[in-house]
Parts: sequence; structure tokens; C-alpha cells
Amino acid sequence: MFQNIGEIIVLFWRTVQSLPLAWHQRRKFFDQLFEIGNGSLFMVCILSLFIGGVLALQTGPVLAERGLSYVLGGMVGLSMCKELAPVMLAILIAGRSGSAMSAEIGSMRVYEEIDALRTMNIDPVAYLVLPRMLAIAVALPALVLFAIPVGWLGGALVSTINHQIAVSFDAFFQDLRQVVQMGDILNGVFKSFVFALAIGIISCHQGLITRGGPRGIGRSVTKAVVNSIVCILILDYFLTRFLLYVQK
Amino acid sequence: MNPPAPTTPCVSVEVRDLRKSFHAQEVLKGINLKIAPGDIFVIMGPSGSGKSVLLKHIIGLLEPDSGDVLIQGDSIASPDIRDKYRMAMVFQSAALLTSLNVAENVGIYLAEHRLRPPGEIARMVTAQLEAVGLKGVEDRMPNELSGGMQKRVAIARALVIDPQLILFDEPTSELDPLMAVVVGGEILKLKSLTQATSIVVTHDRELAFGIADRVAMISGGEILFVGAPGEFQSHPDPRIHNFVDAHLPARRSPSLRTDPNPPKL
Repeated sequence: MFQNIGEIIVLFWRTVQSLPLAWHQRRKFFDQLFEIGNGSLFMVCILSLFIGGVLALQTGPVLAERGLSYVLGGMVGLSMCKELAPVMLAILIAGRSGSAMSAEIGSMRVYEEIDALRTMNIDPVAYLVLPRMLAIAVALPALVLFAIPVGWLGGALVSTINHQIAVSFDAFFQDLRQVVQMGDILNGVFKSFVFALAIGIISCHQGLITRGGPRGIGRSVTKAVVNSIVCILILDYFLTRFLLYVQK
Repeated sequence: MNPPAPTTPCVSVEVRDLRKSFHAQEVLKGINLKIAPGDIFVIMGPSGSGKSVLLKHIIGLLEPDSGDVLIQGDSIASPDIRDKYRMAMVFQSAALLTSLNVAENVGIYLAEHRLRPPGEIARMVTAQLEAVGLKGVEDRMPNELSGGMQKRVAIARALVIDPQLILFDEPTSELDPLMAVVVGGEILKLKSLTQATSIVVTHDRELAFGIADRVAMISGGEILFVGAPGEFQSHPDPRIHNFVDAHLPARRSPSLRTDPNPPKL
């Protein structure tokens, strides 16, 4: 485990060092950006709409019973932008794009394509890891920015439709506007940026250390997804502590 | 970062007391070799003898436990070795990048090192593909090509590098005899085109004796023989003799294959 952590840190540092080559890898960057961003957009839309809806459905009646339904907009708004959108989307992207990254790089490793790159003096980190890292670091925060209002919309719709909650669309967003600040949205975007780096580096590292045939590739994909999700949840705690400290 | 234009068309290769073990099993047991510039040097040996491991050490894909590989006197482990010398390898599996089409595969070295503008790369790619007998396949993906075509694309990719040293790992494996002859011809043509030093790992005796300037035999991680192909074929060592003369036992005659009293069902 400690060897893997060390290798991941070294790989991350080598990726940072290869940043000056980013412009040359722009085509691969845009390909990956399209794959991660556009390819996940519909799923993100469905996921965040229903997360917002479920959040309102679970908390709305309890708040309404206590005469606190007017705070529902702010509660759903804050939960979506500070916690649920960045964490749930990071888990979604780890499963969808992190697995694809480790499978693609893993199969290139197994079938000697990475060795072929090395014999041609082409750095696999600059060629394979850098464009993927940049793409996921741009795509995930952008998806979170998109998911937050969709989640709010889901919460507002459920609050309006459900007669136990019975908070109007206008009342929901009025409270939300009063409670949610731009800093809260940036909080979620910052978290998602860190999660994106973690997913990207873990998945690429797992791909690069793949051994064996198709079974090895499968094992790498599983490890990449599981390790990414565990890392997201651990990072979430420490990032929340850090951001709460900064906001004081 | 970009490799300089080669000052000489070929380089010498020296392997010094190379040792490598995997999981406590010694695969290379102190290999020593000297390969003259411009030679086609064939390394033969039975399966699992360490040929491909040796080749991967020569190009620097594996690090030895001890010993060294010198390219024109410079250690393969030195950080700027690939900037100093142009080296290429044709892998047993061809190792074409499956996400790129044929033209992108062949031109990847020039494009990634920004050695030529895109239009010139396209012209060079077409020329090199024609040189290996492939015309009009630029837009096809590697998985749309036969094994022989993939090998020739890999040779074209190596040709584009204008290498001073080129390594072939089992270039005729998985090919039909006709295609094996074509690939053998490509290796000879490559020498006449580039004068590069070539190291070919194979257990295909016909290929080896057809193209080699010098032959080495490796068995059990040790070099048994280094010399001219003619000496190799007439060498008295029984291990070499058995390898050179190995052939399937003669078929039994048809009369023996037909049982006069077949078992009753």
C-alpha cells in the first residue's frame, strides 16, 4: 500500500513536470474532455435531479411537521453545492471515467503499446497521463457547476408537487437565494477539483502498473474504482474540515 | 528533447556480463556480446531461453540486476541515450497503438517530437508505407489489418525514425511462410535503405540463415555460440546441432495408419 502511495505521488509530480507539454497534447485533452464531460452529462443530469428530489422528499415532511418548511430551499441548496453534488458526481465519474482510464492504459501496458512509446522516446506520462488528468480536472468541476442548479430544480419540483411539504417554487428559491452564497458553490467546485485529481492519478497509476492479460486489466479497473471511491470519501472529510477552518 | 540527426547511420552494441533474475529464477546468466555497426545480428534459441528479455535490456525497457549494455560506448542506462541515438524496436505483437489509425501510428515519432510539419509527415508516412508494400491503408485501424500487415506497419513506423539501431522481436512469429519471407525481405531492404545495425531475435532458422551476418545462440540464459551462420550450422556442440537439425519425426506410412482390424463399436 505504501509503495503504491509513493508511486502515485511520484506519478503526480511527473505529471506536473510535464505541464509545459500540455499545449502539444491538446487534441487528446479535448478528446478526453468530450468523453468525460459530454459523455457523462445526461447521467449527471438524471443523478442530480433525483438527488435533489430525494433530499427534499426525506427532509421536507419532517421540517413541515415542525413548521420549518420555509428553510427547505436553503437546506437543499447548501447540501447540493457543498456536499452531494461534488461527492456523488466524483463517485459517478470514478466509476465511469476512472475505470475507462485504467482499462485503456492497462491494456496499452499489457499489449506493449507503452513499451513501444518508450522505445520511440515518447514519455508515457506526457502522452497518456497528462491529457487525462487535465481533462478530468476541468470536466468534473464543470459537471458539478451544472449539477448544482439541476439538483436545486429537483428539490424545488418535489417540494411543490408533494402536498406534505407544500413549499412553492418561489418560496423554495427565495430561501435558497438568502442562504446559499457564491462561496458555497466555489466550496463544492474546489472539492470536485481535488476529487478529479485523485480519480485521475489513481486510475492512470493503476493502468500503468497493470500486469498479466485480460484478467490483470479487470483487476486494475476494479482497484482503480474502489481506491478512487475510498480516497474521495476520506478526502471529503479532510477537505470539509479544511474549508470550515478557512471560512471561519 | 528532440533527438539530433544521426551522425553515423549505425551504431555498435556491446553487452557486458548482463544478469537478470525474475522471482529468484536467473533468466540471463552473464551475457557478453559485441555487435559490429551495420551488422544484422540474429539471436536464436529455444522458447524461454531469455532471447526477448535480452532484447528488452538492449533497448533499455528492462533494467539488469548487474552488467551493462553499451550503445556506441554509452551506457543504455544514461538518461540522454535516446536523445543521442535513434533506436527502434519491432515488437512480436507489432504493438501498434490501437486508438490511432495506421498513418498516425507510423507518423507518431515525428509528430510527438515535432520534427516535421503535418503535411510533410503525411508524405513521409505514405512513402514509408509504400516502401513496405502497403498502399492506401493510412486511414485503417490496426485491428482491421492482418498480422503480417501489422508487422509491416510496425516496420514502417521504425523506418520513419531513421534508426541507427533497430531490434526485431520474433518478426515472423504468427505469420504464414509466405508472409515470413516477405518480412525477412523487409529486414534486408531496411539494411540497404538505412545501413542501421539490426538485432533480430527469432527461432525461425530459415529467417536467421537467410538474413544474418552473424548469429548467436542463447540457451538457458547463456550464450552457446557467436559466429557466422555457416559455422553455426556445422557446429559440433550437440545442443546447437539439435537446434539446427530439429524436425518433426517422419509420418508413419499410410498402410500403418490404416488398422486392418478396426475396433468394433
